[in-house]
Amino acid sequence: MLGYGLGLLGLLFIGLIVVVAGWVILTYNGLVTLRNQLENAWSQIDVQLKRRYDLIPNLVEAVKDYMEYEQDVLTKVTEARAQAVSAQGPAEQAQADNMLTRALRSLFAVVENYPELKANENVLKLQEELTSTENRISFSRQFYNDTVMRFNTRLQTFPTNLIAGVLGFTAREFFETGDDAEREPVKVDLR
Amino acid sequence: MKSRGLYGEIKANRRRSWFLAAGIALLLALLGAVLGAAWADPLTGLVTAWAVAVVFLTITWYGGAQMTLAASDARPADPERDRVLINIVDEMALASGLQRPDIFIIDDTAPNAFATGRDPQHAAIAVTRGLYQKLDRDELQGVIAHELSHIRNHDIRYTTLVAVTVGAIALLADVAIRHMWWGGGPRRARNTGAGAIMIAVALLVAILAPISARLLQAAVSRRRETLADLSGAEMTRYPEALARALEKIAGDTEVLEVANRATAPLYIVDPIKEFEKRARGLLRTHPPTAERAARLRSLVLPDRRPGP
Repeated sequence: MLGYGLGLLGLLFIGLIVVVAGWVILTYNGLVTLRNQLENAWSQIDVQLKRRYDLIPNLVEAVKDYMEYEQDVLTKVTEARAQAVSAQGPAEQAQADNMLTRALRSLFAVVENYPELKANENVLKLQEELTSTENRISFSRQFYNDTVMRFNTRLQTFPTNLIAGVLGFTAREFFETGDDAEREPVKVDLR
Repeated sequence: MKSRGLYGEIKANRRRSWFLAAGIALLLALLGAVLGAAWADPLTGLVTAWAVAVVFLTITWYGGAQMTLAASDARPADPERDRVLINIVDEMALASGLQRPDIFIIDDTAPNAFATGRDPQHAAIAVTRGLYQKLDRDELQGVIAHELSHIRNHDIRYTTLVAVTVGAIALLADVAIRHMWWGGGPRRARNTGAGAIMIAVALLVAILAPISARLLQAAVSRRRETLADLSGAEMTRYPEALARALEKIAGDTEVLEVANRATAPLYIVDPIKEFEKRARGLLRTHPPTAERAARLRSLVLPDRRPGP
């Protein structure tokens, strides 16, 4: 009789271990998937930044001849770009990108004053490409932050929070530009 | 309008549309059971009903997107001429983390757009030339965000399932009524009181089921449209642009030639402009535009996105 009872208890115990192990595995896999999405989102930001660096020399070429009196704006853009491309480490990179954004903003503002520039097909196309690039950088950062939020929320809610630390997952930081002037989107309407 | 915040609104919408869809599924089960009870037994009825639905589903599942695009006379977007549109779709694909869908243009001056495709890997967005010309960049982005949200929320799959179930209900009810009308019905039951009641009940359910199913279907459609509005606002973090776009589209008096009753629910704003032909009240597939715009404008957003 006792033996029977002990056998049943043993069975229950094993069942419990199986359920818990299953939960741990599922949780781990879910967290790994989210973390990979995070990594992917982060590298996507870099892709868009590089796209910007590649486009700028063409833009400068296209407008240079028309903007004889505004050469310093163009120079600022070229220099800022060079800085951003050669920056070392995330802090320096972020700062250089901020400077580049500001320089581009001045350039867009100046282009508004040159009717011949605004009518030029090539300039318009490049302006659209740059606008789109700024947007892409912005949206890819937004997606990264959204993913960080989902990841952190998953880590911090019950019952995942019980084992997240043990499994080696830590909360991530949001991406901040650190420059309030940048929070205004670049609005350029071509049509 | 009570404000739950953006994420709260999205959750509430999902929940409600799920309940509505479950209601339609139950209706199908009920119809099957009742008809089965009148003829053979409830279980056979139930199984038959679901079998019909599955057959319909298989047919529409794989061919769906192609049929819709062909029916709407849509052509692939040109990388040179339609550059701005392609850029906007790329930007929204980044914001949503989705694969970029195929982009099509419908050659019509009436502004409108729709999304199609059974999952995010096989999705397409179609936009009319009128939309492309009449909206500014931000408004266009709002519309694309709305369409991408349909794809992200698996709305196309969802509404296809609902439509198939409603179709199955309509078919079964139709068959049952014809059978009973022409003197069919279980021989054993015809001369007993209980049998007559059973037939009467079956007849009643067969008449009411399709109407109820259509009402539920319209409600589901309205919910999913609202959900797409909210998700789209989340994507752009700029709901004002979508609100303006909706107003512009609804306010335009031109008629979209290629739209018809069947494809109308897919568009962002109901393209049936003629007053007589429009569905009214509970049969509407889209919420009223004024309501959609007001809801968008009342949203409390999470943090604005970091700049470039």
